[in-house]
Amino acid sequence: MSAVAAETAPGTRSRRRRLTERARDERRLAALLVAPAAIVMIAVTAYPIIDAVVLSLQRADLRFPGATKFVGFSNYGHVLSAPVWWQDVFHTAIITAISVAIEFGVGMALALVMYRTIVARGLTRAVVLIPYGIVAVVAAESWQLAWSLNSGWIPKLLGLSGDPLSHTFGTYVAIIVTEVWKNTPFMALLLLAGLALVSDELLEAAKVDGANAWQRFTRITIPLMKPAILVALLFRTLDAFRIFDTIYIFNQGAQGTESLSILNYKTLLDRLNLGLGSSVSMLLFVLVALIAFVFIKGFGASAAPGAEAVS
Amino acid sequence: MFCPSTRPVRFRVLGGYSLAAAAALLLCAGCGASGKGPATLNWYVFPEPSGSFARAAAACTAASAGRYRIAINFLSTSSDQQRVSLVRRLAADDSSIDILAMDVDWTAEFANAKWIRPVPTALSAQIRSVDLPGPVQTATYRQRIWAAPINSNTQLLWYRKDLLADIHRRVPTTWAQMIADAIELAKLGKPHYIEEQGAQYEGLTVWFNSLVDSAGGQIISGANRVVLGRAAEAAASIMHRLATSGAADPSLNVAMEGSSDVAFDRGTAAFEINYPFVYQSAIAANPRVAKEMGYAAYPEAVSGVDPHVSIGGYNLAVSAHSAHPGLAFNALSCLTRKQYEIAYAVKGGLAPVRAAVYGIASFQKAYPFHALIERQLRTYGIRPQTPSYADVTLAIQKALTPTSAIQPATVVDSLRNEIRLSLSSGALL
Repeated sequence: MSAVAAETAPGTRSRRRRLTERARDERRLAALLVAPAAIVMIAVTAYPIIDAVVLSLQRADLRFPGATKFVGFSNYGHVLSAPVWWQDVFHTAIITAISVAIEFGVGMALALVMYRTIVARGLTRAVVLIPYGIVAVVAAESWQLAWSLNSGWIPKLLGLSGDPLSHTFGTYVAIIVTEVWKNTPFMALLLLAGLALVSDELLEAAKVDGANAWQRFTRITIPLMKPAILVALLFRTLDAFRIFDTIYIFNQGAQGTESLSILNYKTLLDRLNLGLGSSVSMLLFVLVALIAFVFIKGFGASAAPGAEAVS
Repeated sequence: MFCPSTRPVRFRVLGGYSLAAAAALLLCAGCGASGKGPATLNWYVFPEPSGSFARAAAACTAASAGRYRIAINFLSTSSDQQRVSLVRRLAADDSSIDILAMDVDWTAEFANAKWIRPVPTALSAQIRSVDLPGPVQTATYRQRIWAAPINSNTQLLWYRKDLLADIHRRVPTTWAQMIADAIELAKLGKPHYIEEQGAQYEGLTVWFNSLVDSAGGQIISGANRVVLGRAAEAAASIMHRLATSGAADPSLNVAMEGSSDVAFDRGTAAFEINYPFVYQSAIAANPRVAKEMGYAAYPEAVSGVDPHVSIGGYNLAVSAHSAHPGLAFNALSCLTRKQYEIAYAVKGGLAPVRAAVYGIASFQKAYPFHALIERQLRTYGIRPQTPSYADVTLAIQKALTPTSAIQPATVVDSLRNEIRLSLSSGALL
């Protein structure tokens, strides 16, 4: 390790010495050109995040402006010792796991259909993409109405006598169906890009060697698509874990469907408890970062699938 | 006239921006109380569909003899969203709000956070003397009046006369009797549901609080101490009894005021606990149901004891950041005048807060259930008056849903702990 450092250090120094005046000017210009974007990024992302960190260490409640004080990590203690936090982690994990799994299965099927369709290819792709183009809140509202006992077609179709949205199980099914319906096209699109990486010659060669369709799919297509699959799963898992709109429209977290984002919203915006709410935000941020870390380090996902596909 | 803000423009702007600001300042020379033109008072209020608020604002502007102009700004329909919109501005010291319509359960919170000004003595005395005791109490926090009530609201019992005739019963006066009647109807295979608001939202708190108060108890005392004794247990038992009795609509867990009303109009229910808006909506939605629709006082939790129904409605307050508090209080007293209150009630269906309005013949004709409402606004119940109301109501909603799973013996203790913790800002609910 140290040997490598010793070797590279003089190299960089000599390279720096070799910089011409022109190169230095170009670098300065580059820095100037990047600066506005960097400053905006810092203003709109770094500042709020730092502010949230600071708030999470305070007793800060809009309703008690005089009582603001530094409390260290006690907000985090309150959150992590509250049963509702762990319940909501569980609710969120269930919704994420089930909906991403279904989206992956259905999305793969749709991607294959879109890829292999010979006739009306444009039309097929457009139709598949429709749910993704519908505004999330509108989609959630329509599904909520569809599942309502009094106004909806689903209870009638299934011949239900009870109200599915009155019970935990029915509400989970309804919320997951909405999520799957809305997000599968996105999954399919990402997988379609992955399918394009699989060369037809390889599949032909496998066919000649006697591999059947299933073997070709599992032994050739899937391994070659792996980078694209991991990116698709990463994106959708991160998205699903922050689920808010569908649940907010359905019932604001009643019937045991409260997700972490709903909990965060209630603490920050209903209760105006900025300290406690910010610590919920930070913990949610940590969980999301953890998911990304596991995908990237554990499974080797990369944000640029093309780069790995070459190797 | 060009009046971007009623407050003098602050020179915290950069470069070319200050030129525009200076120009605005010049153009705006006539704005504000000290200038020649009328001051603009921004009134933020829930959307009132009949237009009676807008007409009152115009009339008060005209009556001010050029001192002020009331600009009406409608907020969202949902009360939660109204609160969030207002709080975001008030907490940021935004001077663009002069008058705000507060839901009756926000008074303590807004007063404690110093977002609103206490009402001056003369206007307070007037409010105390002309308004009904319930609405006055909703505007009171720590013995002071913080807002002028503009409308009130209280739930009544709505029932189907034809169905009661079928089982030869008189109108139920208690919860126990109403549930028994519904079960009787169910046995005969008749429409029998009792429509109540059992979803996890503010309506559930209204239900619970009405029952606790009616059973002679209290959730939180005036001294911000958690009470919740036997009465709370009795209240939780009634909710649980309804939810598990077969008299409940299968959609009880998701029922809100609107959906209860729709269900009643469809004809599947025999009883409904709801606000008076349901009367007009039944006439529009299903005349056959409307023809058989009767109304009565809210059922008693304890037989023979007058119920104390948690009242709703709105109070008008003046923002602490308003540049024209004096004019704003003038406008407040104008907007709550008797003739406008009659218009709010007759045109918009909002229950008046002034006692005298209930005695006017033309009002009585347009508002057939006036006597019941007046009585319930006198025997009123009130939701907990604490700055932490948002926490308290959330704790109640979570502890008591689904209503079919309530365990009356233990729920009160756990709820008491949750509310106690929440009063110290430290509980995650």
